[in-house]
Amino acid sequence: MNSRAIEVLVGLFMLLFLGAMFVLAMKVSNLTSFTSTSGYTLVAKFENVGGLKPRAPVAASGVKVGEVSDITYDPETFEASVTLTIDNRFSDAFPLDTTASIYTAGLLGEQYIGLDPGAEEDMLQDSDEISLTQSAIVLERLIGQVLFSRSGGS
Amino acid sequence: MSEDGSTLVRIRDLHFFRGSKHIFRGLNLDIPRGKVTTILGPSGTGKTTLLKMIGGQLKASQGGITVDGLDVGKLKRSALYELRKRLGMLFQSGALLTDLSVFDNVAYPLREHTDLPESLISHLVLMRLHAVGLRGARDLAPAELSGGMARRAALARALVFDPMMIMYDEPFTGQDPISMGVLLELIQTVNGALGLTSLIVSHDLKESLSISDYAVIISEGVVVEAGSPDQLENSDSPWVQQFLHGMPDGPVPFQAPAPDYQTDLFGQQSQVAGQPVAGAAR
Amino acid sequence: MTDFLQRFGRSWLSMVERLGRATLFLLHILGALFSLVKRPSLLVRQLHSTGVMTLSIVLVSGLFVGMVLALQAYNTLIDFGQENRVGTLVALTLVRELGPVVTGLLFAGRAGSALTAEIGLMKATEQLSGLEMMAVDPYKRVFAPRFLAAFLALPMLAAMFSAVGVMGGHLVGVEVLGVDAAAYWSQMQNATSFTSDVCNGLIKGLVFGFVVAWIAIFEGADCIPTSEGVSSATTRTVVYSSLAILGLDFLLTAVMF
Repeated sequence: MNSRAIEVLVGLFMLLFLGAMFVLAMKVSNLTSFTSTSGYTLVAKFENVGGLKPRAPVAASGVKVGEVSDITYDPETFEASVTLTIDNRFSDAFPLDTTASIYTAGLLGEQYIGLDPGAEEDMLQDSDEISLTQSAIVLERLIGQVLFSRSGGS
Repeated sequence: MSEDGSTLVRIRDLHFFRGSKHIFRGLNLDIPRGKVTTILGPSGTGKTTLLKMIGGQLKASQGGITVDGLDVGKLKRSALYELRKRLGMLFQSGALLTDLSVFDNVAYPLREHTDLPESLISHLVLMRLHAVGLRGARDLAPAELSGGMARRAALARALVFDPMMIMYDEPFTGQDPISMGVLLELIQTVNGALGLTSLIVSHDLKESLSISDYAVIISEGVVVEAGSPDQLENSDSPWVQQFLHGMPDGPVPFQAPAPDYQTDLFGQQSQVAGQPVAGAAR
Repeated sequence: MTDFLQRFGRSWLSMVERLGRATLFLLHILGALFSLVKRPSLLVRQLHSTGVMTLSIVLVSGLFVGMVLALQAYNTLIDFGQENRVGTLVALTLVRELGPVVTGLLFAGRAGSALTAEIGLMKATEQLSGLEMMAVDPYKRVFAPRFLAAFLALPMLAAMFSAVGVMGGHLVGVEVLGVDAAAYWSQMQNATSFTSDVCNGLIKGLVFGFVVAWIAIFEGADCIPTSEGVSSATTRTVVYSSLAILGLDFLLTAVMF
């Protein structure tokens, strides 16, 4: 086979590889949805984050608007401090009295943060703190409470 | 025999081991410049090994080889490669690169080592191919060539760099009489016309001796006899006579070394009978 | 008993010797890689004979593996009402494991064995010796381009395998079994990360490519130059490469995920 045909075939091979990488990046993985640089951050403090993990989605009305970029323990307030990265498309979209809650997708699904917008005129800006939070429901604690109230009641 | 200018390859006290096998045991040999020299010897004496050592592919365990005044074993890699450009080697199978055409095979050393323009390369290659009679076969793949043609193509490739010496490894093995004649003719004319040195390794006695100026017989790792073909013919060594005339029995016995025939048979019989004879094996 | 120990010791020693030779051989090849900058056409030619020639088998296998994964995942997940997660399972399995591993095994069988046979035959027909006598370094002209091509081709093929596999999963999961297309892709996207899944898969591919290229070229260059020697070297390439891929896959998975 002459070298020109070989070059063309190898060129097609490279194109196919680039196409495969494109599919893997754009369709299979969430490379495009968000990267931590292309958004603004909000901080929310929770009494208990349960099974929340970094990279968990942040949703408003069920629409993904960002992701959890960092979870640390704050030794001053004794709470978990969760940093959310919100996509720039949704800047000035959340009022100051927005509530951040940790929900579970389905009974066994992963945990995510849901944002429920309030009624304030002013909007949350970069590195603002969300003051209204609702912690994760920890199943064991819930069961424990039910059992306790039962035994206390009888 | 060894005036300095007239000796191209000088081998002194050469020792070489392959594994535990002692192949060369103090070999001394001078190859004269501008002549056709043939190295003869029974199979397995390391004739091809000797060629590879002259080309620097194998290193001597002891002793040394100088080619044109350069000690092959002590050369640095780059100097060795420079030397190899001045040596041509014709392998038994031709060693043509299977994925290139005949033309590209002959052009290969030029393309590797020079930046000559393609038109000049084409000239040089066609001249060499014409010399070996394969100008019409330039576009064939090596697999399409007969054994003799492959060797001629390889000869063209070996000649393309105008070497000072060409080494032929068993050039006549498995050739029909016509291509044998062609090769003999080529080796002789090439040696005369280009003024180079030829070194032939062979066990095709008559053919190689007919074109040789000088012949060397190697056996058991040393030179047994050296001289012109006539001198060898008149040698009074029984071993040389046996070798030259291909007699089945003589100083080289027909039988491989073995225990006594009678004891071997007898010993086996008694073992079958369940009474191993202690003295059966030597 | 001493006889057995002796034999055991000798074979062990020769194994260590071979490993040493293979390592030196590898270093020699790595040293010769720089010469390819001047002759990229050699690399292109080898990418053709390792990469392009393996493409069809990789694409077809990828498609079928993706389809089977979707089918099996659906049958299990439907019991939990989680059939929307078929995409997740297919993508993660392919990108993390099956893409690099199956591609590696196919590559060892198709391209690795061909490399060993080619180099072994070049040795048997004295082409390697011939190159050396023409003052051409076979490490630069023969081994290095083949090594680099195989090293690069495997991760590229693995990426194609995964991409085609995901399509195959879509074909069976969405078109045949009726999983919601949006759910298929979004569940997959949520669970698959580019950096830690796709890139780690690529790294696995690179490691496998390195090992297969090393084994295949070494076995070829080290074989006994007879037809028997070449054929047994080819077999060794496939066996050793496959074992190395599976073993390394475990190690890499333990480190990465």
